[in-house]
Amino acid sequence: MGFYDLLKTYDWEQTRDQIYTKKEEDVLAALSKKRLAYEDFQALVSPAAEPFLEEMAQKSRSRTLRRFGKTIQLYVPLYLSNECSNFCVYCGFNHENKIERTVLNQKQVLEEAKAIQEMGFEHLLLVTGESPGKAGYKYISEMVSLLNDQFKQISIEVQPMSTDEYRDLVDSGLHAVYVYQETYNEGKYPSYHPKGRKANFQYRLETPERLGNAAIYKIGLGCLLGLEDWRVDSFFTALHLDYLRRSFWKTKYSIAFPRLRPHTGNFNPDHAISDRNLVQLICAYRMFDENVELSLSTRESSQFRDKLIHLGITTMSAGSCTKPGGYANNEKALEQFTVNDDRSPAEVEAKIQAEGYEVVWKDWDNILQETHA
Amino acid sequence: MKPLKIGDKVLKSRLFTGTGKFSSNKIMEEAILASESELVTVALRRVDISDEDDNLLKHLDHEHINLLPNTSGVRTAREAVFAAQLAREALGTNWVKLEIHPDPHYLLPDGEETLKATEELAKLGFIVLPYIQADPVLCKKLEDAGTAAVMPLGSPIGSNQGLQTRDFLRIIIEQSNVPVVVDAGIGAPSHAAEAIEMGADAVLVNTAIAVANDPVEMGKAFKLGVEAGQIAREACLAEQLQHAEASSPLTSFLD
Repeated sequence: MGFYDLLKTYDWEQTRDQIYTKKEEDVLAALSKKRLAYEDFQALVSPAAEPFLEEMAQKSRSRTLRRFGKTIQLYVPLYLSNECSNFCVYCGFNHENKIERTVLNQKQVLEEAKAIQEMGFEHLLLVTGESPGKAGYKYISEMVSLLNDQFKQISIEVQPMSTDEYRDLVDSGLHAVYVYQETYNEGKYPSYHPKGRKANFQYRLETPERLGNAAIYKIGLGCLLGLEDWRVDSFFTALHLDYLRRSFWKTKYSIAFPRLRPHTGNFNPDHAISDRNLVQLICAYRMFDENVELSLSTRESSQFRDKLIHLGITTMSAGSCTKPGGYANNEKALEQFTVNDDRSPAEVEAKIQAEGYEVVWKDWDNILQETHA
Repeated sequence: MKPLKIGDKVLKSRLFTGTGKFSSNKIMEEAILASESELVTVALRRVDISDEDDNLLKHLDHEHINLLPNTSGVRTAREAVFAAQLAREALGTNWVKLEIHPDPHYLLPDGEETLKATEELAKLGFIVLPYIQADPVLCKKLEDAGTAAVMPLGSPIGSNQGLQTRDFLRIIIEQSNVPVVVDAGIGAPSHAAEAIEMGADAVLVNTAIAVANDPVEMGKAFKLGVEAGQIAREACLAEQLQHAEASSPLTSFLD
């Protein structure tokens, strides 16, 4: 069964009720287990688990230490283009927004790459809006090939593609793809994604399966926290993770926590998630999967990120600029979202070290990847 | 204490160490020095072998420390052979710790691919130390393929659960003509001592040292644990009585 069909067997409201009716005893049962069942995950993200946040944090910390040690991996996003033919109501790149649009050419990309390398990065994330005409598969493929010799690991966060396209990208050295479902609520999805290719809920949902079939090394999942009830959306993310883990056992997984904040930009989320609840969620994922990478971007404040180093997060971006061309020059194109941690990578590294952790700049090498070798 | 011979090297220490998960390269270096380990494994994925100033490698630059590059991250024998050749060229060692784990979650080794890669690398003149399941048959096949040692796991990597595979380790030790190094899962000096007492030739420890509150002290503790195990073995452990003696002897009618 594909994940779309599996998801169809769940009802959003019913799942919501299951989560909200969890009791203290359900939480205690979940806390005592080594391996969580779906109901246990529901208990840990439920309101009933809120008084047990410290216990969850302790467990999350010790399990993370055992698997990942005292290390935090750093990466940086390179925004290649802000051209976008989608109409996502929460996003700065929305097609209707009258902003200056750019697609970086090879020369500009190499300038960005140089500036990024000078900051110390070995892992690079390429980001675009969705614009098949202006920054489609061919463009992205060229950029992956262009940059693969200069970085030890290349990943992308761009529009969903076909299995064959992904296979070709893996052959050119692509390591990971991050594709966030935004929300698993199929009924509400169209109201956030009214038009454009992204309006196709099922095609987006099945992207990780296409990636698994293309033998990608790592897949990043997540929902946009704040769009819909985070407790329900996170449960479905966990379900998705578990489905993928069983189906594509050679692939690594990563979960990110992009959070919409109230009163930023023109979109006010109905279901904003608090700091306490975000910590609860991160700990719940760690207890659900000891091996999954948990990633926190510069959308979050420096104070919050510094604390989360100890609680289960394993990967962070640093020094991010969400404007295409922003590393090498001060380009005027609008950024996708406002960065809340504007420290330089060196400052972030110093803080991570002060917290007793080592920064890992490199955790992969192209020489290990046969397809590229 | 008897030294350990693997390939062309004679090692005084039977404690091999890893380099991942430490809170800093400096603490890693201090912990490894305290452990007196002479064979230290380094993941090719973590170091830049083309960079002479690689920070991690610089911290391992001590005369008594031999580098053991590992292939963690590869999925197939082909990838492993390629990575080992690059490591040999860049690091100047023909030693390789073969780690082929297509499962990135529990990092469990693929025996089939490991055997293929061992055959090929041994032919190419490598000193191969393969990380494998505690599978006695695979160990014999690896021996036939020319492996320099076998490295069966004690329990899942990073789990600190000790010798969960002890019954299979016993068979491997009993049958082996090459050194047996228990790799993965060793979470306490007592586990390390147990492995050596049981007849293992060495142990490889990483997480238990790296993640300890005081990795340097823990490095020392593991050194002592391994030495205690070795001294005890050489002094011949008294045979353990598995069961209490029966109160009515079964063979007294023969008297």
